[in-house]
Amino acid sequence: MSAPSQLQLERLAYKRSRAQKSTVVALASTVVFAVAAWLTITNAPGWPRVQASFFDWETAKKSLPALLDGLWLNVRVLVVCGVLILVIGLAIAAVRTLRGPVWFPLRALAIAYVDLFRGLPLIICLYLIGFGLPGLRLSGIPNDPVVLGSIALVLVYSAYVAEVFRAGIESVHPSQLASARSLGLTHSQTMRIVVLPQAVRRVLPPLLNDFVAFQKDCGLISVLGAVDAVRAAQIESATSYNFTPYVVAGLLFVLLAVPSSRLADWVSRRAARRQNAGGPGA
Amino acid sequence: MLEVRNLVKRYGTHLVLDGVDLDVAEHEVVVLIGSSGSGKSTLLKCVNLLEEIDDGRIVLDGADISDPRTNPDHARRGMGIVFQAFNLFPHLNVLDNVMLAPKVVHKVPERQARDRAMELLAKVGLAEKAKAYPDRLSGGQQQRVAIARALAYEPKLLLLDEITSALDPELVGEVLTLVRELAASGTTLLMATHEMGFAKQVADRVCFLDGGALIESGPPSQILEAPEHPRTQQFLSRIIQAGRL
Repeated sequence: MSAPSQLQLERLAYKRSRAQKSTVVALASTVVFAVAAWLTITNAPGWPRVQASFFDWETAKKSLPALLDGLWLNVRVLVVCGVLILVIGLAIAAVRTLRGPVWFPLRALAIAYVDLFRGLPLIICLYLIGFGLPGLRLSGIPNDPVVLGSIALVLVYSAYVAEVFRAGIESVHPSQLASARSLGLTHSQTMRIVVLPQAVRRVLPPLLNDFVAFQKDCGLISVLGAVDAVRAAQIESATSYNFTPYVVAGLLFVLLAVPSSRLADWVSRRAARRQNAGGPGA
Repeated sequence: MLEVRNLVKRYGTHLVLDGVDLDVAEHEVVVLIGSSGSGKSTLLKCVNLLEEIDDGRIVLDGADISDPRTNPDHARRGMGIVFQAFNLFPHLNVLDNVMLAPKVVHKVPERQARDRAMELLAKVGLAEKAKAYPDRLSGGQQQRVAIARALAYEPKLLLLDEITSALDPELVGEVLTLVRELAASGTTLLMATHEMGFAKQVADRVCFLDGGALIESGPPSQILEAPEHPRTQQFLSRIIQAGRL
């Protein structure tokens, strides 16, 4: 490789100086904006009271252990429900791709399920399952609010995830199906070996996005009385007459979501790169 | 080997195949020509039972495979097909692509399927790419792998659907060379193509389709040099004007 010409060196120097200038401008505007926001809020007439009841350091420290205990419950619910949602969502999506009159009842059921639980507000579903199901007084029905809340979460999120999977399945090029069928693979072999592996890879970014949303919705099981982070915050603030525990619980949920958000970003970037590299023949 | 009788295919009210009769004998190379939309691809897809037909019969090796009572998965095992693009499974490497059908459909033991697949990859000149994923291959290499995959379960008939149409011009040659070798080794081929020069060299018989009907068929010297039907003449004169023959 030959050394860059004088012209190219000049260009590089110009680009470098421009980049430096952009960095300075970005820093300055960020600082100005942050200071302005800070001054506006702290000079508000109600600020001292808001600070005392939402941002009290002593209350925050005191409530943290209870909140972490609660968050641990959220994390366990998150993991168990997450796995169930993936399995059920994928099963529903696969059922919706079945062809032939024999499968009509199953297909119709899957469509009805998705329509119902995608449209139903999560909070109403939580009430119906959490208070309605045990109200039946059938033997074998759990009355633990954690279990009932998890059932409601799984029901609603499976419907979303099923639609994500279905979009992925339908995005696989028809020639791929034709190729698989022409090789003699049956419908179920085609789905299992050819379509689903490709579909799952493609829907990973939107799935992770749903996962981030699901992380915080786990906090809604508190409405049934499960002592998770949100419920713990409620108990703490009821004893201290201070809203700081809610702020701390909120921050904990944000911290929980940051790694998944970054992972989602990374996965979508990688997926985009792969698709571009594949070209029309891939 | 293959007998197509009065094949009719409609998409809605649009008649794509209008009573096509076609025979392919064992070891014969039959080339379908005609402008885009003339029904070449649809004919191949109907033969492979990827499209449901609206009338007529398709008989492969004496068995009526268009009979709704036959299992299409079984009938397809006698044939291989390669399309224009999107043939290979991008999540499987080259070797797994070729081994898939023998292993899953024909229950060939892993070891044996692997040996056979490597043999085929050597035949198409891509043995060293066995572990590569399709997106690391050029379009021409991908099509050669697709042909190897279609040959993996020893089909009686190989269908090729414009397999060079999506390729860069400099990659067309390597694929056509492979097809030429297959033809020379006695593989029964039914192919749709726009490569008239290639058709002239390789075909035993050329069939001209227009508007879903088989207008004229015969040896390449007759169809490509002295066509009788005015529509064939018109088609070929356009090809010659475009410098493609």
